[in-house]
Amino acid sequence: MMKKFLVGALGMTLLIGAGVLYVVQARTGGPAVNARPVVAGRLTLASGNLYVSNLAEGPDQGKLAAASVSDPEGPRQVGGLDCDRFATARGTSICLRVKPGSLPPLTEMLVLGPDLEIKHQQTLPGTPSRARVSPDGTIVNWTLFVTGDSYAATGFSTRTGLYDLKQRRLLKSIEELPVFVDGRRYFASDINYWGITFAADGNRFYVTLGSKGKTYLIEGDRRRFRGEAIAENVECPSLSPDGKRIAYKQKKSDGSWQLAVLDLATKRVTHPAEDRAVDDQPLWRGNDTLLYALRRGTSSDVWSTPITPTGTPRLLVPDAASPALR
Amino acid sequence: MYLAETRGSTSTKVDRKWRRVPANVVALGVVSLVTDISSEMVTAILPLYLVIGLGLNPLQFGLLDGLYAGATAVLRLVGGHVADRWRRLKAVAGIGYGLSAVSKLGLLAAGSSVAAIGGVLALDRAGKGIRTAPRDALISLSTKPENLGRAFGIHRAMDTVGALLGPLVAAAVLWASFGDFDAVFVGSFCIAGCGVLLLVLLVKDRPRTGPAVAVPLRGMLSLLGIKSFRRCCGWAAMLGLVTITDSFVYLALQRRWDVSTALFPLLPIGTAGTFLLLAVPFGRLADKIGRWKLFLAGHAALVLALVLLCGPVTSPWLAVAALALHGAFYAATDGVLPAAAGPLLPEHLRASGLALLQTGQALARMVSAVLVGLVWTLWDLRPALLLTTAALLVVVIAAAVVRPWKEA
Repeated sequence: MMKKFLVGALGMTLLIGAGVLYVVQARTGGPAVNARPVVAGRLTLASGNLYVSNLAEGPDQGKLAAASVSDPEGPRQVGGLDCDRFATARGTSICLRVKPGSLPPLTEMLVLGPDLEIKHQQTLPGTPSRARVSPDGTIVNWTLFVTGDSYAATGFSTRTGLYDLKQRRLLKSIEELPVFVDGRRYFASDINYWGITFAADGNRFYVTLGSKGKTYLIEGDRRRFRGEAIAENVECPSLSPDGKRIAYKQKKSDGSWQLAVLDLATKRVTHPAEDRAVDDQPLWRGNDTLLYALRRGTSSDVWSTPITPTGTPRLLVPDAASPALR
Repeated sequence: MYLAETRGSTSTKVDRKWRRVPANVVALGVVSLVTDISSEMVTAILPLYLVIGLGLNPLQFGLLDGLYAGATAVLRLVGGHVADRWRRLKAVAGIGYGLSAVSKLGLLAAGSSVAAIGGVLALDRAGKGIRTAPRDALISLSTKPENLGRAFGIHRAMDTVGALLGPLVAAAVLWASFGDFDAVFVGSFCIAGCGVLLLVLLVKDRPRTGPAVAVPLRGMLSLLGIKSFRRCCGWAAMLGLVTITDSFVYLALQRRWDVSTALFPLLPIGTAGTFLLLAVPFGRLADKIGRWKLFLAGHAALVLALVLLCGPVTSPWLAVAALALHGAFYAATDGVLPAAAGPLLPEHLRASGLALLQTGQALARMVSAVLVGLVWTLWDLRPALLLTTAALLVVVIAAAVVRPWKEA
């Protein structure tokens, strides 16, 4: 009996001790030096800058960072803002980040002004997935991953919402959007929306609708609040600045996507030279280059590729995610 | 003097109460409590880890997940059969607990590979599948038949305490380690290790008395030859087929009362809290008035909850009442069913029998989830709920009329 007690006490002390030791080591053991050089200071919105979420290990991991477009691999400038996802247009920015210590996870959605000052703040359930600002800078929108509201107990679903800066109106989810597929009103309980992109007028928008194993490209009208499916197998659409083309990720097989570009007028689909699996909402730089994050192990890099099939993808910013251009 | 006397007398009363619950059941309860802390820690942070820690797309991960749900059902049968065959309930349960513990370290090793993470989670669930039947058989065999309801009630209540503590411990570890996911996995492993250690040291296996009886694989199916047990399995499966899955209940609640999405995760805690409060009293009640009766009464509570969910009144108190009834349903069924079925089974085949019963019930509930999902997609949530409620009511009444066996 005594022996049992001793073995038990010793074993549990060892196990708990090891656990506590690990936690303590994790607390202090993080790298003290940034793996990629940074310049700390005040971060501002400046043209010619490429904004990314800094994933390089070190004290500034997770910070919003600015890299110079002319020297994207040079030292990145960081301020004090943590962002997992960031987007910006016309002096309005959105920053999504996980609220620390929240279980189940919550996301802090920040609307930022021209000096990256916080103008509005909202806590939403889920983890950050996509963020965009309409080209006119009046609407910020986001997609979050949410657990627990699908009927497979461990399943995930997405929730897409937007915030109108002019009317100061929050729409937590666009799930109620009346949608038409092949001219008929579409109803299903498993509807998921993700990845919005707005046209220059701040009214027309494109978004992915996922339901019953299919994904549709929905063209939406915000004022009339209705949407219509105009293509299939389109995820995370991104409208080109001239409004003529949509870049997106196209599913090849379960868990694998490739970049594709849809010409809205001719409905023709072309593929850029990037043949690796891209799981991101692409970002247009001008009307013929795409920026996107590409996963590498537990980190990711920001790449760029011309939309022509003959171009060459180029590494822009290593250890970075969520590219945004001023 | 007077004070001391009363205090003394209450403490012996408590003592006597506890003595009626065998030490082995309390030990198994402690093991479950500790193990559930460990597993719920991981469940709580998994979404964060996948999306933020690894940058994975969880939709892509969800595909893997569905594949493993069915596998655990089969492993439960294997666990039950092997435990009876080796006549080593504790060892087989230990293997199950051990597998789940090791899988926590597997998450560290899996890195960012979707396939590896899927495999590790499958291992975790395999462990759960293997250990359930021998553990329940141990509880059943360690307890006097007249106290089985209370024994299972205590075990399930302790189990739920662990499940409720898990996310809190995970949050504490995340906070203390400055958001290090690996620290949560290591912590979860250490706690699971403690669970295994407690099992090895505290839980006594069933004494192996009498000559060894060969347990062929057919032995499990031949159990269905026992009339009362066959009927028990049949009705449990029938009821499972018309029992609505938790997520539907929460979704209906959320829609009906427009529960804020930030509050949504609290709904399962409401169910678990009621379950925790009622598990022991309902177990005792089951011992008194009959376990099958209470099992059916539990389903009647679910019918009531569903009626509140689709009824015309939307007072917020009804939402609370519906959640409480949902918890009562679990308290009156989860531990009560094995308590009811245990005595119907020969001792040397108890793990096999319980495995058979629970697998049948689990598979029926899976089919139910698919069916309700289908009706929901075709019509809407409300018709789906109404249909289930009606079907459940019919089966409960039928099961009450045609009782599977005569209870003392």
